[in-house]
Amino acid sequence: MSLASLSGVEVDYDRGRALGPIDLSLSPGEVVALVGPSGCGKSTALRLLAGLEAPTRGTVTRAAGKGETAVVFQAATLAPWLPARDNVALPLELAGTSKVEARAAADEALRKVGLGAALNARPAQLSGGMAMRASLARALVTRPRLLLLDEPFAALDEITRRALADDVLALTAELAPAVVFVTHNVEEAVYMAGRVVVMTSGPGRIAGEVAVAGPLVRPPGFRTTEVFRTAAEAVSTLLAGAMERAA
Amino acid sequence: MTRVLAPLILIAVLLAGWEIACRALGVAPYLLPPPSAIGMALAQSWPLLLGSAWATLSTALLALVIASLIACSLALAVSLNGLLEDAVRPIAVTLQVTPLVAIAPLVTIWAGIDHPERAVTGLAAVVAFFPIFSGALSGLKAIDPDLSRLFDLYGATPWQRLTRLRLPSAVPALLEGHKVAAGLAVIGAVVAEFVAGSGGSQGLAWRILEAYNRLQTAKVFAALLTLAVLGVALHATMEYLERKLLNSWRGR
Repeated sequence: MSLASLSGVEVDYDRGRALGPIDLSLSPGEVVALVGPSGCGKSTALRLLAGLEAPTRGTVTRAAGKGETAVVFQAATLAPWLPARDNVALPLELAGTSKVEARAAADEALRKVGLGAALNARPAQLSGGMAMRASLARALVTRPRLLLLDEPFAALDEITRRALADDVLALTAELAPAVVFVTHNVEEAVYMAGRVVVMTSGPGRIAGEVAVAGPLVRPPGFRTTEVFRTAAEAVSTLLAGAMERAA
Repeated sequence: MTRVLAPLILIAVLLAGWEIACRALGVAPYLLPPPSAIGMALAQSWPLLLGSAWATLSTALLALVIASLIACSLALAVSLNGLLEDAVRPIAVTLQVTPLVAIAPLVTIWAGIDHPERAVTGLAAVVAFFPIFSGALSGLKAIDPDLSRLFDLYGATPWQRLTRLRLPSAVPALLEGHKVAAGLAVIGAVVAEFVAGSGGSQGLAWRILEAYNRLQTAKVFAALLTLAVLGVALHATMEYLERKLLNSWRGR
């Protein structure tokens, strides 16, 4: 039983076809990376899965309801006027959870992402990496079955993004939601996902898929293993082919 | 230190030059009084000027409050209804580009010839209205699109969207609008006083007119100086308030 799927989905914008037709199915607990050049419709595919956008043609099925879906955007997207804990408590409060309960859950979620000391900090006082962690805590506080990440580390430096990649894997291991992860970084995709879906642009289509073996909480040194290198090469080859066809 | 000293020195040099030139060239005091005469005028009539400054300031502040109430409620209504915005915008723009001086006679008639102070307050409120209205409106509409998507995702009700997203998002633009409006309200009050007269409450514009009619140019300068100080003080206060409130909004 798939948790969410796109079948024969096409999206048209004013300029013409932006995406599709594409087919993509997600099983519970799997981590899928969407990789592709800018404008290939990765983010559109993500918004379709989130139910934030409707397809022009085709069908989107979602077993995970709106309340069971969480999204993390490229920017931390925290409300600047709220302290970290209230930002994280927001989804629960909007869903009708009492303020006290929502705050308790938010504090717990923030401690899990290592922000236990910054519960009352405002977003302006957090570093880029910390803000992203708070954003991640806000996504996880609702205990989602489907977690959608739209280039969440794009604005961070290499060291922070590597640390956060490990954190995301560790944090989602317990809850095991299906994760869809948009990136244009091949190594990040291979490191984080069990399945890498390569997309091509003009209009956005799926060029191919690469499976990455191994446990999803990656062992140290995973980036130097044969599995990692082979998968990364396969993804790069697919991506190069996709770029050629697009050009 | 030099940053404070430099403008002071420049002012002192300019004043000295002005004084010397007036004396050396024997300029008639009604044409251009020397700074010493202006200082004397200021020293003689400061209680009167202070009272007038208060009259102008209180008119401007009252106008600011009235304008704020109307502008904020209208902006809120308009931001909730696209059709209403389309309907209101051309009227608002037309009113905004019409010079204040030109509508002053009408407002004076409506306020009643016996109540020029009402006309002055009304006119100042008209000027203060637009920066608040456009600030509030753009603030209410300037929402982080991703934050808005999150509210969609979490199934926020329209009321939650308004109170927990739109209103708090609008705070910086609202503060900016009020700061600009405060300055304009003083200008509006002065212009309106020139046109409508000021009846019982005699503001600084009235002092300028009075001195001008008697060719007491030094007094004109003294009133002008008071007006400038009032404007600077108000601007500084509003800027300070804006910074304080913005910092508490952002939590700094």
